[in-house]
Amino acid sequence: MIKINLKLFVTLARYLPENSESFEIPENTTVDKLISQLGIEKGSVQLIFVNGKKQNGEYLLKNSDRLGLFPPVGGG
Amino acid sequence: MGNLKFKDRYDRNFNTFSSKEQKKLGLSKVAVLGLGGLGGGVCEMLARAGVGQLTLIDGDSFEASNLNRQILSEEKLIGFPKAQAAEQRINAINSEVNVQCVVQYLDESNMYEHIRKNDLVIDCLDTVDTRFILQDAADKASIPVVSGAIAGMTGQVTTIFPGDPGYRLIYGEETDRKSRGIETITGNIGCCALFVAALQVSEVLKYLLNRKYLLRNKLLIAELWTNTFEIVNLV
Repeated sequence: MIKINLKLFVTLARYLPENSESFEIPENTTVDKLISQLGIEKGSVQLIFVNGKKQNGEYLLKNSDRLGLFPPVGGG
Repeated sequence: MGNLKFKDRYDRNFNTFSSKEQKKLGLSKVAVLGLGGLGGGVCEMLARAGVGQLTLIDGDSFEASNLNRQILSEEKLIGFPKAQAAEQRINAINSEVNVQCVVQYLDESNMYEHIRKNDLVIDCLDTVDTRFILQDAADKASIPVVSGAIAGMTGQVTTIFPGDPGYRLIYGEETDRKSRGIETITGNIGCCALFVAALQVSEVLKYLLNRKYLLRNKLLIAELWTNTFEIVNLV
């Protein structure tokens, strides 16, 4: 198992698990797989970023990664 | 009161701006697209900073639901065009600013013509589709776009230069993006709108004055409920 810091924004925040700052996941977990495991509809995630850099859903999560999932924001 | 002395009006801008920089702002031409929560705050701050020529574009008029956040809106202005309210407000703040007010919605047919003569354009729009039309037009006109967007207590800001991937990095390719974001669920809160507007104006001033640290190929995300501020490298 590895631990990541998970941050879910706005409408995604309701899927935030307990211990999200030190969230345990199996090794070899992709972001897409984690999104699915959290019960988040994939289309509701617009932007994936890991350690402050944009990534895609195929990114393989590593120990201590800081993962952010961000929905589409378009208001003015 | 167009006869106020330059050094008096802008006294508190010095020495954050030099006198030469202040004059440069006075010669700058900026278009503000959308005059709602973001755009209202943006034009107020640009006029006070002393940006000399502003083109203000929005086809919409005020309604009661704008009063929670749109700084230009007033009870007595319900039904009044936002662009005209913006022009009046700027004339009252800084009559030396040359204002062009355009009461029109923007689309592919008129976008380029309205923005092409400016040094920079500010995206305070409220649909994703129009933002892509803007990026195409700004590419053609070879001018940068400072973009802001909000939903609830969350906002984002980026600066797009001609030829940059820009919105495609944020909203995805045309095939998989939606016209509106989650603001249709969350609404928009005034403090967040003005916070993001301030970040946009700071980007504009940095660009016009050749300063560093622009959010080019970066997205600043601000989530005010939790005080989370993150700059995401998009490339």
